[in-house]
Amino acid sequence: MSNPKNTNDQSLDQLDDQQNKTDSEEYVTALIDGQLFGIPVLAVQDVLGPQALANIPLAPPEVAGSLNLRGRIVTAIDLRKRLGMEPADREKSMSIVVDHHGELYSLLIDEVGEVLQVPMQNYERNPATLDPRWRDVSQGIFRLDGQLLVILQVQRLLDIIKVATAA
Amino acid sequence: MDELLSEFLTETSESLATLDVELVKLEQDPNAPDLIDNIFRLVHTIKGTCGFLGLPRLEAVAHSAENVLGKVRDQELVVTPQAVSLILGSLDRIKDLLAALEETEAEPEGDDADLISQLDAMAQGQEVQGDVKAPVEAEAPAPMPERALKEGEATEDELERAFRETETEPTEIVTKPEPAKTAAPAPVAAKASQEPRAEKSGEGSVASQSIRVSVDVLEDLMTMVSELVLTRNQLMQMVRGHADSEFKVPLQRLSHVTTELQEGVMKTRMQPIGNAWAKLPRIVRDLSHELGKKIDLQMLGADTELDRQVLELIKDPLTHMVRNSADHGLETPSERAEAGKQETGKVVLNAYHEGGHIIIQIKDDGRGINVEKLRAKMVANGMGTEAEVAEMSDQQIQMQIFAAGFSTAEVVTAVSGRGVGMDVVRTNIEKIGGTVELSSEWGKGSTFTIKIPLTLAIVSALIVESCEDRFAIPQLSVVELVRASKESEHRIEMIKETPVLRLRNRLLPLVYLGDSLKLANASEHKLTEGAEVFVVVSQVGSYTFGIVVDRVFDTEEIVVKPVTPLLRDISMFSGNTILGDGSVIMILDPNGIAASTSDTKVGERSDMDDDQSHAVATDDTTTMLVFRAGSSEPKAVPLSLVARLEEVDVETVEQANGQSLVQYRGKLMPLVKMDDSYDIRESGRQPILVFSDGDHSMGLVVDEIVDIVESQLDIELTATQEGYLGSAVIESSATNVIDVGHYLSDAFADWFTSPDDAAYGEADARRLLLIDDSPFFRNMLTPLLEVAGYQVTVASNGDEALALREDGVEFDCIVSDIEMPGMSGFELAEQVKSDGRWQATPIVALSSHVNPKDLERGRNVGFSDYVGKFDRDALLTTLSQTLAEKVEVA
Repeated sequence: MSNPKNTNDQSLDQLDDQQNKTDSEEYVTALIDGQLFGIPVLAVQDVLGPQALANIPLAPPEVAGSLNLRGRIVTAIDLRKRLGMEPADREKSMSIVVDHHGELYSLLIDEVGEVLQVPMQNYERNPATLDPRWRDVSQGIFRLDGQLLVILQVQRLLDIIKVATAA
Repeated sequence: MDELLSEFLTETSESLATLDVELVKLEQDPNAPDLIDNIFRLVHTIKGTCGFLGLPRLEAVAHSAENVLGKVRDQELVVTPQAVSLILGSLDRIKDLLAALEETEAEPEGDDADLISQLDAMAQGQEVQGDVKAPVEAEAPAPMPERALKEGEATEDELERAFRETETEPTEIVTKPEPAKTAAPAPVAAKASQEPRAEKSGEGSVASQSIRVSVDVLEDLMTMVSELVLTRNQLMQMVRGHADSEFKVPLQRLSHVTTELQEGVMKTRMQPIGNAWAKLPRIVRDLSHELGKKIDLQMLGADTELDRQVLELIKDPLTHMVRNSADHGLETPSERAEAGKQETGKVVLNAYHEGGHIIIQIKDDGRGINVEKLRAKMVANGMGTEAEVAEMSDQQIQMQIFAAGFSTAEVVTAVSGRGVGMDVVRTNIEKIGGTVELSSEWGKGSTFTIKIPLTLAIVSALIVESCEDRFAIPQLSVVELVRASKESEHRIEMIKETPVLRLRNRLLPLVYLGDSLKLANASEHKLTEGAEVFVVVSQVGSYTFGIVVDRVFDTEEIVVKPVTPLLRDISMFSGNTILGDGSVIMILDPNGIAASTSDTKVGERSDMDDDQSHAVATDDTTTMLVFRAGSSEPKAVPLSLVARLEEVDVETVEQANGQSLVQYRGKLMPLVKMDDSYDIRESGRQPILVFSDGDHSMGLVVDEIVDIVESQLDIELTATQEGYLGSAVIESSATNVIDVGHYLSDAFADWFTSPDDAAYGEADARRLLLIDDSPFFRNMLTPLLEVAGYQVTVASNGDEALALREDGVEFDCIVSDIEMPGMSGFELAEQVKSDGRWQATPIVALSSHVNPKDLERGRNVGFSDYVGKFDRDALLTTLSQTLAEKVEVA
């Protein structure tokens, strides 16, 4: 898992290709406030348990802090904050580490679920009435048995600066 | 092999490899402007380098190829597979030529007229036929004359190589029959020459002292070493609990090795910037021949160390910029003579550390940039309408030379002028998070300032704590540490909620780190009474201020890592790092802190409507103390001249001989009023500003202390009123700046008439020459020096000073400013020390920036000592010491 640079970009490209070609897709699932989210498995570097986060003063509110992952500095993003949900104890959150343009980010979530292979036929576009904040970061929805899986776009999640300046 | 040549070969091979790939991509996606730009740039670079190395054949091929690509870039040509193969063909030819070059260190004979004519035809839009991939036959015999020549030169090395060549070459040709390709016969020669090369590198004859390692490998090593350190620390922690553990000794050894390994890996990444400059003298020399100009290249600060990755990335931009300065910047000798300049043009490279950044300046004294011409050119290029362009500031216009496809040269020469250069420069510098700025004055020259953050570099940093968070401050910008508490000698005082610290007869403006970073509980922390805090005295340019923190830990060598793009716009941080104990901490940028907490405009300058005001106002920002006395309009004095702010009980004020006096620190201190329009209060406490001069102190009676502000010293010296230097706009209101010297002599009028009190025991007045371009400082210092018993003559620049020398005026000592327009203090000192009657006269340098490098340089050119501009006490002490030494010597 260590240090495959730029895999994320490639994986995203591949992903788009694959989505057209293959009929199922793999996602690492995560639970936040009871809602199931999916992150493309190829974008994921690591899954971490609760970590001590170093405070970053003056950072945007979505940035929860930074941590040391085997000698690399990882910026932690509070997904609850990013998605406009109620805050939770950051110190107890698990996280999914993703690589974006060579930088590592850890996305704080409540709990990591299993890796799911979902058939493309269950894919739906975002409902037009979805919270704009979610619509902005969600790539689409998969219908699963008994629940819905919201697919998160890593790139959009990290567009925090834009959000901050727009606000 | 010539280092320059071997570097060229490596670089060009890399470029060629990239080009192959890019060209193929271009063929598939003919309308990608990025791709075309990149290809064009690479070819341009190859051509340029060939030109400098004197490789006409390569240059000709590359030049023609570039012409075609230029047309493609300007969309005058469409990318066809045919065009691409033609370009690829010329690249192949370049490769063949390079192979021969590597073998023989000279271009093979022959010509490429066929290829060039095809390229030119293509450039003119004609159809091109035929296979171009076959190089001309004339290459084959090339090694022969070369070898003969080598035998003529008798160095062992060359002979040996020649010997080896004679050995291998024939056998190669015999044993390796020409591969059954359809290509023309020439590749035999190429093949033959490639084989021995491979063998040679196997033996490691030339470059065995060093190897090229990819930075990624070093980066990985670094990461692993960091992990090793962490593991070591964990182990140490575990063993610490057991006093007699058997692991103790081996662990200690492991610890040592780890530390050394860490240092070693870090060292592999650092290189002096001089390495990147090594080839510049030759390039400049060749250029001066080619262009018929006289060029003097000066390189300062060559030992400034840079991370090698950064170094690699700025190497080409630097070369480009120096080349540009020499080609576009400098005029021909005759033009220079006409403009009244020395025939020899100067290009000065200067590198130094400043506040967590590395600054590289490329300065020429050439023609500068004609902003009007640029405006016209922008309109012509469609970069804006006339109205838009007219609205842009000169600075903005000048920055346009960094735009892609923009060239200021009127003629496209082989050297430059195609408008690639500055675009590449900026791209490369921005890639490493740096900035490049240009300031230019028409007729006087241009200065490019590259500012590169210390990202990736290793710095020694002070670890501090504020509100339970730890931060690193680069040691470079830390001047000293002061412990402050209620009980100790140093305590923090407030002036209208502005915290200040008295430090050696000066007031230091303070910034609470917790406040400026908006840390949690910042205000609680500050209010804890009697708590001990630490003041990190930092210097940014000429501005000194204190950062108040709760605790100070050790210094640590840290690897500066750039912050994530999400945090780039927080100016307070220059990076982040992982400490030895594995924790992640932010690295503070004193520049950012200074900028955000005072009115200092770091870096950005406003429009320069007026050259004169620009020259005066450049970087002289001064902290001013604003107060009221008598009338309602504010008055100001440079904070650094104020020794202390005091409040005295009016009961203790005594009257003697018509003068008010107060007991102060065991002595009687005279109190002076600005004028008679107001009086010392009748009861309560009277605020005073204490000015100190040697043993004497004086209290200036004021009504109220208003504020401390950072202001540029744009003082208009129009004051006719005694006691004022003039007025300045401070905090957008006109403020009178007082002349401290006037009040000092007021207070001590009778002291100075008595001979035994002439300062520092010098009975007869010493003659002093004071050189400073700023009228403010001249007026500030002259009275002070006169008060101290010196006979002062002033000069506003080096030339004026030298004129005095011509007139036969003698001085006991010279005090000179360093930063002056025209002749700098360094140059003046060199001139004074080099010959003439002042050779034995000591010179003391006066500067607002004092750093060790300047000190070193100052001593080298003959300065006896170096004093900060506002450090009056130090100046007086230094003067009396210097003069005492002179007497001893005499």
